[in-house]
Amino acid sequence: MPKKESTFINMVLTLTIITIIAGFSLGFVDDLTKGPKAKARLERKINALQLVLPKFDNNPVTEKKLIKSDQVKDSIEIYTAFFNNEYVGSAIVSSSNNGFSGLIKIMVGFNPKGEIQNIVVLEQKETPGLGTKMKDEKFIQQFREKDPASFNLKVEKDGGDVDAITGATITSRAFGEATQLASDEFNKNK
Amino acid sequence: MTKIIDQKQNFLKGIIKENPVFVMLLGMCPTLGVTSSALNGLGMGIATLFVLLMSNIVVSLIKTQIPNKVRIPAYIIIIASFVTIVEMVLEAFIPFLYEQLGIFIPLIVVNCLILGRSESFASKNNLLSSIIDALGMGLGFVFALTALGATREILGSGSIFEMKFISEDANTFILFILPPGAFIALAYLSVIFNKISIKKLS
Repeated sequence: MPKKESTFINMVLTLTIITIIAGFSLGFVDDLTKGPKAKARLERKINALQLVLPKFDNNPVTEKKLIKSDQVKDSIEIYTAFFNNEYVGSAIVSSSNNGFSGLIKIMVGFNPKGEIQNIVVLEQKETPGLGTKMKDEKFIQQFREKDPASFNLKVEKDGGDVDAITGATITSRAFGEATQLASDEFNKNK
Repeated sequence: MTKIIDQKQNFLKGIIKENPVFVMLLGMCPTLGVTSSALNGLGMGIATLFVLLMSNIVVSLIKTQIPNKVRIPAYIIIIASFVTIVEMVLEAFIPFLYEQLGIFIPLIVVNCLILGRSESFASKNNLLSSIIDALGMGLGFVFALTALGATREILGSGSIFEMKFISEDANTFILFILPPGAFIALAYLSVIFNKISIKKLS
């Protein structure tokens, strides 16, 4: 078959047809993946909630509270958990934009006394092998059962109590900042 | 257009003689950006392989229908569509990999390896040759990215495919997981690769 000539009408027609086909196929795939995408996101959230909160029997996802803050771009999310209708704790999704590569989003679980139950990292783009160590047990365990009122969430270099990750002070600092923000919001919304 | 292509040669050239990363130095942006671990390199390689295969197939099929003067925008639309599809499918079905590669997937669009194969091979050859070309080039890319990722991970984090083989506190060459390490590792791997392949060929 000979190649189509580059006349004006041919070029316009070809590009129009290609973009229309591309547009429709993208719409089709988007429709196809919308369900599984939302499901995957929800599953991730529920997994995280189970990790940071004590045992609960309500559905914290339906009792989500959003709070606007000037410190973070996305709003802060608060999930409250109950077991046998008794308040057992809250999980707070908070973030910091001061990570080594931008946004760090974490979920912090508090028990009713205001102590940190556990922390899970939800989103991060830190350097693999360095900043990503903030997900490791070795770093996270120092926060457990600490009350931010008495445990200073700044890194030791800045006069706080957080033992920073070697070679990733900026990440540790941002992590502490996000945790502090979560704790502030928790205390404001008790 | 009827020249006969030795398909075995056609397949192997992408892996050895014209390896996109080590020999032709194409697609450097994802190569240097994502290869901080072997798994990231492998994932990025496979995603690129898929896009390359699909775009080569489509370009080869419709090559006679595209007027010469608008061929580049036409190829880019085709490539960008497949990249977006890969991104959506990964997010829906392999969220773990999506989290790791998330920001780099859109970069596949501007990977000159893919546009380069569309322009220099698929637009001039038939469907079968184009598929084999894409598989060879794609696998060469997967191999190179995985090798580079593995080298950097071994030296920089003391692990391979996220399995640690040294103690948690041991000192490693942190430099290798930082951006400069990518350049250093790539340079040395290219030297070794070319040394071996030239010896083999002669």
